Amino acid sequence: MIERRPMLDLLAHLILLIGVLLVAFPVYVTFVASTQTAAEVQQAPMSLLPGSHLIENYTQVITGGSNTGSSAPVGRMMWVSLITALVISIGKISISLLSAFAVVYFRFPGRMLCFWMIFVTLMLPVEVRISPTYQVVAGLGLLNSYAGLTLPLIASATATFLFRQFFMTVPDELAEAARIDGASPMRFFRDILLPLSRTSIAALFVIQFIYGWNQYLWPLLVTTQEDMYPVVIGIRRMIAGGDAATEWNLVMATAMLAMLPPAAVVVLMQRWFVKGLVDAEK
Amino acid sequence: MNTSAVAGQKRVVFSGLVLPYLLLAPQLIITVVFFFWPAAQALWQSTQMQDAFGIGSEFVGLENFTTLFSTPEYLASFRLTAAFSTAVAVSGLVIALLLAVMANRVIRAATAYKTLLIWPYAVAPAIAAVLWLFLFSPAVGILALALRHVGVDWNHLLNGDQAFLLVVITSVWKQVSYNFLFFLAGLQSIPRSLLEAAAIDGAGPWRRFRTIVFPLLSPTTFFLLVVNVIYAFFDTFAVIDAATQGGPGGQTAVLVYKVYQDGFKGLDFGSSAAQSVVLMLIVTVLTVMQFRFIDRRVQY
Amino acid sequence: MRIRLHFRQYVLGLAGAVAVASAAPALAATEIQLWHAMTGALNERIVGLTEEFNKSQSDYHVNPVYKGSYPEALNAGIAAFRAGTAPHILQVFEVGTATMMNAKGAIKPVEVMMKEAGEPFDRTAYVPAVAGYYATANGQLASFPFNSSTPVFYYNKDAFAKAGLDPEAPPKTWTELAVAAAKLKSSGQRCGYTTTWPSWIQLETFSAWHNVEYATKNNGFGGLDARLKINSPLHVRHIENLANLSKQGLFTYGGRGNAAVSRFFSGECAMLTESSSGYANIKKNATFKFGIASLPYYPDVAGAPQNTIIGGASLWVFANKTAPEYKGVAKFFSYLSKPEVQAKWHQETGYLPVTTAAYDLTRKSGFYKQNPGTDVSVEQMIVKITDKSRGVRLGFLPQIRDVTEEELENVWAGKQTAKQGLDRAVQRGDELLTRFERGNR
Repeated sequence: MIERRPMLDLLAHLILLIGVLLVAFPVYVTFVASTQTAAEVQQAPMSLLPGSHLIENYTQVITGGSNTGSSAPVGRMMWVSLITALVISIGKISISLLSAFAVVYFRFPGRMLCFWMIFVTLMLPVEVRISPTYQVVAGLGLLNSYAGLTLPLIASATATFLFRQFFMTVPDELAEAARIDGASPMRFFRDILLPLSRTSIAALFVIQFIYGWNQYLWPLLVTTQEDMYPVVIGIRRMIAGGDAATEWNLVMATAMLAMLPPAAVVVLMQRWFVKGLVDAEK
Repeated sequence: MNTSAVAGQKRVVFSGLVLPYLLLAPQLIITVVFFFWPAAQALWQSTQMQDAFGIGSEFVGLENFTTLFSTPEYLASFRLTAAFSTAVAVSGLVIALLLAVMANRVIRAATAYKTLLIWPYAVAPAIAAVLWLFLFSPAVGILALALRHVGVDWNHLLNGDQAFLLVVITSVWKQVSYNFLFFLAGLQSIPRSLLEAAAIDGAGPWRRFRTIVFPLLSPTTFFLLVVNVIYAFFDTFAVIDAATQGGPGGQTAVLVYKVYQDGFKGLDFGSSAAQSVVLMLIVTVLTVMQFRFIDRRVQY
Repeated sequence: MRIRLHFRQYVLGLAGAVAVASAAPALAATEIQLWHAMTGALNERIVGLTEEFNKSQSDYHVNPVYKGSYPEALNAGIAAFRAGTAPHILQVFEVGTATMMNAKGAIKPVEVMMKEAGEPFDRTAYVPAVAGYYATANGQLASFPFNSSTPVFYYNKDAFAKAGLDPEAPPKTWTELAVAAAKLKSSGQRCGYTTTWPSWIQLETFSAWHNVEYATKNNGFGGLDARLKINSPLHVRHIENLANLSKQGLFTYGGRGNAAVSRFFSGECAMLTESSSGYANIKKNATFKFGIASLPYYPDVAGAPQNTIIGGASLWVFANKTAPEYKGVAKFFSYLSKPEVQAKWHQETGYLPVTTAAYDLTRKSGFYKQNPGTDVSVEQMIVKITDKSRGVRLGFLPQIRDVTEEELENVWAGKQTAKQGLDRAVQRGDELLTRFERGNR
């Protein structure tokens, strides 16, 4: 800490508390609903205190209770989600790092064209290209495969853009020194740029992992076997649309379970931010 | 920070003619196969009038576009979208920056705050909107009942302003954690030594923020500004579909929701493709403007 | 497929060697893909139905796959058809019927398929108002009417008693409904009447129930050049009536779709018009006694009440499949048509029985006596239908519904009169119909 200002610290805590209250409130409601009975959740207003059915609800969800509408086991769906999320996040970060490196540290014909080509992909609504994209994937024989689930989602303008922004802030002296030492560009990339990008990579991994984990529409289209469904589809299938009664307590319990892996990633990756803080302190 | 970085140029560059293309290849191949090819199809489709299965189609030139611009509902959607995107992007950024600066300041319970603030991002969009609807449902929602208790008659089903507010709140909520995460990462990469030096020189917290922190955050802010505008333009249809379905009376039907409504739900592919071409043009212009006017001023 | 899948995973190198649980169905059985949009308990039921069918024989294996909401499932089916990977059977909601019906060459009419497969098929066994909706111009059944529902009237008996109304005499006409709503209101009820699915119930079904046209050309059954007629004096009168009730606080708008249903079972609204298939949901959540009755009508309109129309979905069969596959689909449909299977489906879900035999079976079993009111929906349907009451078959019906919902919302909000709103709905709807006509020529 630079200086002590108790009033300011108090204010900071106050703002954070309000922020947490507002931002995390829906998550809290989800949790509360997951501990009550279906009838309790439907009451107006529903109680904001945790109910007494926590263990019962979660057991029913995990073991695939008969009236939940989720005949596929949660475990299998979580596995598919995990693979999808990992491939998408690692793939996105890898190819984006490489292309941002190329765009920032090299001069070559068509440099800006390449950058804009990547960048413009940010602006294509999924619904518009979803049918043609499906045809491409079907043509490549990738339906019902992890490749089909992930490849079309791997291209990332966001990540490329972020790394470009970050590389611009890296002092030129570092590259200069590397060049004088006769280090190859890839060596510079590996030994200097990558370690420096740690915080950004961690932030991006969190975001992309969650993005991959929460995919809904695309998996729904490219898979025709329910054993390739990620957990989000499983949850949606439990929410009765219109005609039947929805067992909100079980839906919320599954939603809480589905949130655990991304939450774990958030907590895990925070170490990297903290590390960034410690490094900066030196 | 570095004057040589003006206009996105690095002073020091590596030589190599093949290497940069090799580095770009994986990204470009995926982009071309999974984005440009489908996009070209969308462009072609915007000049067609065809049935859902694509069995019979007729070339109609720009007719899909002229039809669009002659409907008052579509034109009203432009104003709505401008207001919506501004509201979502600005409030999302301001709230997230405030929280990130505060979270970066405190020591006690810092991890708990951060986790709780990022966690909501893990809620799947497909579920987030259902959740908010659950809270604001005029008949049974907890928040709606609480508002009624303090004398606000919450009925977003008929009150257009409340419906607008509801979709803005939901959209901002979904994006706040994202913005928070990047601001926090940005704040933590600011060297402590700079701030300490300024503090020794007698600069107070606000002055340090204004003269050191915020300028150093500007690449992050610019990145987030672009991402948030695009988010507001393109990624909010699911929220709107679940919360208001564009209603009441079309008062929350932003441009992207109309694309979704006509194309995905209504299977009018020609009109929907034309609408997305219009949408893409708008965002491209916006982004180029952002790059020209803001990126130059951003300090690297 | 499986082998290629493994290979690609290795090539990718990112996923590592991820083994896919290979629970391959029984060898030699012909696989039939059924894409559906059934969620929650209904999802369980459809899975149960296919399991029972699969167990009943060994030649065919029907594989039910959940494909999201109705619009999502339809999009998935269309995308798959365009890429040449269509499923055998696709569940399509009723508003998508015109789209499917006009997809020449993409679909195989069910009746034709049954005949070709040599499966016995008797058109007259089906409930006319249900089967009629899914019939082609020459009366052939185009799709299999799997899950059909129709709007009925629900009311809170406890609230009726409290307001001094007879709990066994629900209002029969719109005038009686207004009187009842006023009495309920003065007894402290927050809201008298609300409705789910405003477009479907207050305009589409309202037209059939009063035997007036929703659109020209027999509501679109007679050709693609149909245009809307929902700004007729009777329609205007009805919407005006509702708008007035809304102003007096007797009618409360509860949103699109079935959002309003929670206002009924939470006790806020004492009367509700809602799909017959909402029965299970209401029964599960209502903490009071409730009754079911026929929809209210205007007694001075000649021919009213006629019949209500159906909602829900039907099963469509895609073209270009092999003969053995069609045989399997035909056997599956025969299985679904069995009186005992149908009766069970009807009783468990609240959907209408597709065949009259299933209705008779249910009646004989005493089900309607034990669950009073569950036969109202069937009684509303078992009449001779007219050209105006067969249903509404219009292109872009999903958007037309959105348009009418929007205009109605502006009427409830007091921004325009009923006449202005309906005129505007007709104008906007007709523009959509013109587009559909051109796209499907």
